[in-house]
Amino acid sequence: MARMRMNQAIAAAIGDEMRENPDVVTFGEDVAVAGGPFKTSDGLLEEFGPLRVRDTPIAEMGFMGAAVGAAATGLRPVAEIMFVEFLGVALDQLVTEAAKFNYLSGGTVRVPMVMRASVGAGLGFGCQHSQVMESWMVGSPGLKIAVLSGPGNAYGLTRAAIRDDNPVAVLEPRILYAVRGDVTTGVEGIIPLGQAATLASGNDITLVSCGSTVRTCLAAAGEADGWTADVIDLQTLQPWDTEAVLSSVARTGRLAVVEECPYSGGWGADIVAKVVSEAFGDLSAPPMRITAPDVHVPFGKELEQRYLPSAEYVTAQVGELLATGESPPHWWERDGALV
Amino acid sequence: MSSEVLARREAVRTDRTARFERMVEIRALEDAVRGLFAEGLVHGTTHTCQGQEAVSVGVAAALRPTDSVCCTYRGHGMGMALGLTPQQVCGEIMGRVVGSIGGVGGSMHLCETSIGLLPTMAIVGAGVPVAAGAALTAQVRGTDDVAVAVFGDGAANIGAFHEGINIASIWKLPAIFICENNQYGEYSPIAATTPIANIADRAVSYGIPGEVVDGQDVDAVNAAVEAAAARARAGDGPSLLEMKTYRYAGHSRSDTAPYRPAGEFEKWYERDPINTFGARLVAEGLLADGEPEKITARVTEQVDAAVAEVKTADSPGVASMFENVLV
Ligand SMILES: Cc1ncc(C[n+]2csc(CCOP(=O)(O)OP(=O)(O)O)c2C)c(N)n1
Ligand SMILES: [Mg+2]
Repeated sequence: MARMRMNQAIAAAIGDEMRENPDVVTFGEDVAVAGGPFKTSDGLLEEFGPLRVRDTPIAEMGFMGAAVGAAATGLRPVAEIMFVEFLGVALDQLVTEAAKFNYLSGGTVRVPMVMRASVGAGLGFGCQHSQVMESWMVGSPGLKIAVLSGPGNAYGLTRAAIRDDNPVAVLEPRILYAVRGDVTTGVEGIIPLGQAATLASGNDITLVSCGSTVRTCLAAAGEADGWTADVIDLQTLQPWDTEAVLSSVARTGRLAVVEECPYSGGWGADIVAKVVSEAFGDLSAPPMRITAPDVHVPFGKELEQRYLPSAEYVTAQVGELLATGESPPHWWERDGALV
Repeated sequence: MSSEVLARREAVRTDRTARFERMVEIRALEDAVRGLFAEGLVHGTTHTCQGQEAVSVGVAAALRPTDSVCCTYRGHGMGMALGLTPQQVCGEIMGRVVGSIGGVGGSMHLCETSIGLLPTMAIVGAGVPVAAGAALTAQVRGTDDVAVAVFGDGAANIGAFHEGINIASIWKLPAIFICENNQYGEYSPIAATTPIANIADRAVSYGIPGEVVDGQDVDAVNAAVEAAAARARAGDGPSLLEMKTYRYAGHSRSDTAPYRPAGEFEKWYERDPINTFGARLVAEGLLADGEPEKITARVTEQVDAAVAEVKTADSPGVASMFENVLV
């Protein structure tokens, strides 16, 4: 067990995998000499040298494709996309090449690569540098998606992603890089992909969260008056832990999914759909999604905070659901919300 | 607002003293940004352009307000050179309603269609093909407008650069691709990411003219862009111009540029674009002895006053989040 920041936990995970397996390499913009724009590869160049730790030009398609080719022929590359929006220029290589090679080779070509990207709002980077964009990936078979929610799972999920024989996208909420926490290092610390973590237990509702909304939900449950909640951190969005969610809902009878992304096309829609289809009889209230509105991430500090689902908002929405038995309107649908 | 912006644009187009003043104004605003950080008035990040003022002003001086300009997140200087007021730029940096797009974009996002400035783009390379498209509009409609993309040295390694310039070349579009080579892409010196010394050399592979220009000399920048614009307006196709310049500050707010070799800044500062141009105007008799200093003092005071004014402006309300998402 060690105490570290999330960015340090990521660097430790990559370093531990590199130490154990000479096929693991890492590259990206300012990843080597500078130790990463968010210091998620600090010290790796010094320890592993320039053959395995490389700076790239600003050429996301080029280096993502290089990760695909290297993975297809034996290496385990970890490619860093500084802000997930930059994946836009490299998306083909991840979702249309990497994710399909196993299928298109009759199972003979594996692509054990990791695409790491910082995601999310909260730091005032404006609408082209603040999105989460899971929706670019969740609908792409052949790809796993892990989302970090703090130093604790950053280490374990990153190591699992590097060890996985599929292409794995690891999404890292930028706002959490500096958060400190306890990390179980070593092989014991590895967290299997596809496994959720239940971080709080309660009776009245299941709060399903992921990435930045995990701490939001824990805070909301902590502030709750008159109700208690299971708080589930999905950890992996694809494939997600249906068992953890369904068994919790079977007990609580209610579900709220809390997402940082806009309402339309959000990953939570899949969770709700599955629960409604397979556990309709367990439900004592309509499942609810708590998301950002269908707008661009605003720049100003107050507006950006308003945009993101806050703990107070989650508490209020859940309280209303419990009181009325009906799904409450979103904040932006309420009278006077926009003045 | 747009008449003031257009007047500011016209001044730079016609008057070299105004070009000097504009360069001073850009420097003063960029320097003021640091103070705003210290006061906690800036959310998020900024990318300033101290040292690169001659490129912005030289380019703007050669273009018409009906020409289109695609620019990057390092856009304060280009925006002001084209005519944006210090209030519009500072307002955006601070997220106030007086900002260029009402304070919803932040430092990286400026726009002013009255002077041809399309929304500035925070994705490296994005503006190159967009400029080709703006040039396509001019070609299809038969106007003699041109479209310009201004981008960094680092952008010359991304696919959008190659795809955009190639399309512009085969379609003979009236475009000018202007690479502002400030020697670094983020923390990486250009040599670490680019195997050739001159990005202008890449023009050969697209079959268009490529030229290395002294980006610290506003007259040289202006002359090169004038020539490329004349060529484009005449229907002879695009050009690639590489402006050799230098970024005085770090890449962005949090960067103190520790990777810079000792003495490098000092070497470039000897050819500071504002100092050398001021001295030239004095030598030519366009300005009296000591006048550049007086102009600098006056313009800096005006910029400080503009910044103070922006501090009193409102921030956009919640409703702004829901505006302009769809038309
Ligand atoms: C596609 C993409 N990749 C990476 C980035 C992150 N980034 C922003 S600016 C920058 C450096 C760009 O260097 P250069 O093109 O030389 O322009 P300069 O910043 O020096 O003006 C990088 C890597 C980005 N915005 N977009
Ligand atoms: Mg540069």
